[in-house]
Amino acid sequence: MTKSSWGHYPKTTQNLQFLHWPPKQLPTHQTILPYGLGRSYGDSCLNDQGTLLITEKLNRFIDFDPSSGVLHSEAGVTLEDILLQFVPRGWFLPVTPGTKFVTLGGAIANDVHGKNHHAVGNWGHHIVEFTLMRTSPQEILTCNPHQNAELFYATLGGLGLTGLILSAKVKLKKIQSSQIKQDMITFNNLHEFYRLSEESCEGFEFNVAWVDCFKNSKQENRGIFFRGNFDDNQIFETHKPSRLLQVPFFLPNQTLNAFTVKAFNELYFQMHRFKAGTNLTTSYNSFFYPLDAIHHWNKIYGIQGFYQYQCVIPLDNKAALQDLFQEISNFQQGSFLAVLKVFGRIKSLGMMSFPVEGVTLALDFPVNPKSTELLNRLDEIVMKAKGRVYIAKDARMSQKAFLAYYPQFQNFLKYKDPAFSSSFLRRIS
Amino acid sequence: MKKILIIGATSAIAQAFCKRSLHNAQNDFYLIGRNAEQLELIANDLKVRGAQNVFVEAADLNTFEQHEKLIEKAQNCLKNFDWVLVAHGVLGDQKSAEHNSHQTLEIIHSNYTSQATLLNCIADKMEKMGSGVIGVLSSVAGDRGRRSNYIYGSAKAAITTFLSGLRVRLFKSNVQVLTIKMGFVDTPMTAQFSKGPLWTKPETIAMELVSLFENKKNGEYYLPFFWRYIMLVIRLLPSFIFNKMNFL
Ligand SMILES: Cc1cc2nc3c(=O)[nH]c(=O)nc-3n(C[C@H](O)[C@H](O)[C@H](O)COP(=O)(O)OP(=O)(O)OC[C@H]3O[C@@H](n4cnc5c(N)ncnc54)[C@H](O)[C@@H]3O)c2cc1C
Ligand SMILES: NC(=O)c1ccc[n+]([C@@H]2O[C@H](COP(=O)([O-])OP(=O)(O)OC[C@H]3O[C@@H](n4cnc5c(N)ncnc54)[C@H](OP(=O)(O)O)[C@@H]3O)[C@@H](O)[C@H]2O)c1
Repeated sequence: MTKSSWGHYPKTTQNLQFLHWPPKQLPTHQTILPYGLGRSYGDSCLNDQGTLLITEKLNRFIDFDPSSGVLHSEAGVTLEDILLQFVPRGWFLPVTPGTKFVTLGGAIANDVHGKNHHAVGNWGHHIVEFTLMRTSPQEILTCNPHQNAELFYATLGGLGLTGLILSAKVKLKKIQSSQIKQDMITFNNLHEFYRLSEESCEGFEFNVAWVDCFKNSKQENRGIFFRGNFDDNQIFETHKPSRLLQVPFFLPNQTLNAFTVKAFNELYFQMHRFKAGTNLTTSYNSFFYPLDAIHHWNKIYGIQGFYQYQCVIPLDNKAALQDLFQEISNFQQGSFLAVLKVFGRIKSLGMMSFPVEGVTLALDFPVNPKSTELLNRLDEIVMKAKGRVYIAKDARMSQKAFLAYYPQFQNFLKYKDPAFSSSFLRRIS
Repeated sequence: MKKILIIGATSAIAQAFCKRSLHNAQNDFYLIGRNAEQLELIANDLKVRGAQNVFVEAADLNTFEQHEKLIEKAQNCLKNFDWVLVAHGVLGDQKSAEHNSHQTLEIIHSNYTSQATLLNCIADKMEKMGSGVIGVLSSVAGDRGRRSNYIYGSAKAAITTFLSGLRVRLFKSNVQVLTIKMGFVDTPMTAQFSKGPLWTKPETIAMELVSLFENKKNGEYYLPFFWRYIMLVIRLLPSFIFNKMNFL
């Protein structure tokens, strides 16, 4: 059996050690790295020629306190499992990424964010405590803002390099319905996008937009703005776990090209324009996890794999966003899943966390030399704008770019466990 | 709400079975296994998932003289058994067991003798209760002895035969007996094998298993179903071919 990351790039080989029970101690004869469900896109969850500690079987709940909403569970529990158990009881994830096939430990190690960043911050803001297993000495430490606090903040967004998280306590969010009331609004340019973001920041917990990377005839980027809140209709329905729709094999590498992406974007835009409206009721599953409906959708990029690129640009440099789109246009390299969102003011707690106040853009491109060149150009723009790129999605940034984005890295290394390493770490060191 | 007794509760398949059984119900569990710490983890998990009462008992099941007391205690706690799952077992190291009678006995005891004596105790109780389902995890390895695991396979064949008789005995008492013949399942027992398309996840087995219990099925079942046909072919292979198939 082999393990890869969600972008199927780079290709690596590693020993797999499945953890069925919390280990008594960690192996140290080879470098080790925890691996959840491999929903990171690049190489930060890979450890070429080393060992991966597979945590998906550490999936037991430990305790739930209905008075505070604090759920204590092993680190391999998935967000999907939490939803299936707790939505019927009126609880939801405090923050959720765009897929529910993510582990609790993986969500901590990337300090993931969701559509409610402007309202509640990152995943790490809702982590009460975790236990961390380290190798020298072999020990298990309890980490929270009062105990081993530095290690706590280094491990939030710590890329699995500070030790193995065995269990964690996360504070769930009380809901009055499993359904979302959403508005879908089309916008014709980035100006309108910013206006919608600003006006939606107060009254809406969830905000996100899809944007067409290809400029229209007026040289503008159109898109669709989604915003919403949980309903309060006391309906508590979970999604049906299904594996019906899936991409069964890798599609040929040429499937996605400027032409098909343009066609897709046109179709996507028109479909949503048709459906656009306000106060539309939808399930949490289709609102938060539209991509989960098609299993292995990553295979449409072909066997070569694909790059995901997510950056954030501080709001006072937001003109740089236009430059990014211009550069993408110049390269005729459209991305059909382009997501745009404004991160709010809440400061990330993790030492290496990605979110900072600003506008974040996520794109994906097939792995090929042209994309590599384009992404290097985008890095130039992001560096100049004093933004940063999300490590969870990266497979190619240079050491120079990395250090510009994360100058705190040297300080972070103090907390790294000596036995832990990753393909990402070696690439940028 | 069901009262469920699990023997060998730390098994990956048994864990998945317990979780699955809580899908639409709040059951009571009595979990027997040999690792107290692991039993505790499982019990906590089942409680969060909606189990009412979960009792645990740590015991090595190869200590036969304890069996009667173990089952007695379980009955005192649960009062009656709606479902019983016998899930313990070891694969053992065939090659080294061939020259080591201690290891051979360990494989046979874990997969057959201990199960037989425990089932005797359970059958006595359930005969009196007059209802319930007993399921035992056997294996396709018992259908024909193979070079790579015939000691294990013979014990599985023995328990399968034992169960076919027990089924007849308990028929009058309205107790169903399920023999579950599984193919390759991805669990700690098979951690060292590389996995291919014939492999199944414990969660998939658990789903089918719970539905067999819910529907009070009686008899021998292959899980997943296609193993019935694979084993049909394997059983029918003439010896002069079968004997040459080293990879089995
Ligand atoms: C469709 C899709 C949408 C996404 N949307 C978002 C989004 O909106 N926002 C966002 O922030 N991210 C998003 N992501 C990225 C994803 O949420 C993160 O990469 C997440 O960390 C993946 O979790 P995982 O369990 O798969 O962990 P992996 O990808 O396997 O590992 C991630 C990191 O966690 C570490 N790790 C895993 N388990 C442990 C542990 N027990 N102890 C210590 N370290 C551990 C690993 O070493 C690695 O560094 C998305 C991904 C996909 C595929
Ligand atoms: N996995 C397969 O491919 C497969 C196929 C066909 C049949 N089966 C059968 O299915 C059953 C469950 O196995 P599994 O796949 O779930 O593997 P597993 O997770 O390894 O479970 C086997 C369990 O039995 C326990 N056990 C063994 N001897 C014991 C004893 N003397 N006292 C108490 N507990 C004991 C083990 O405990 P320890 O961890 O403490 O040793 C272990 O938890 C077994 O009978 C197996 O033979 C499995």
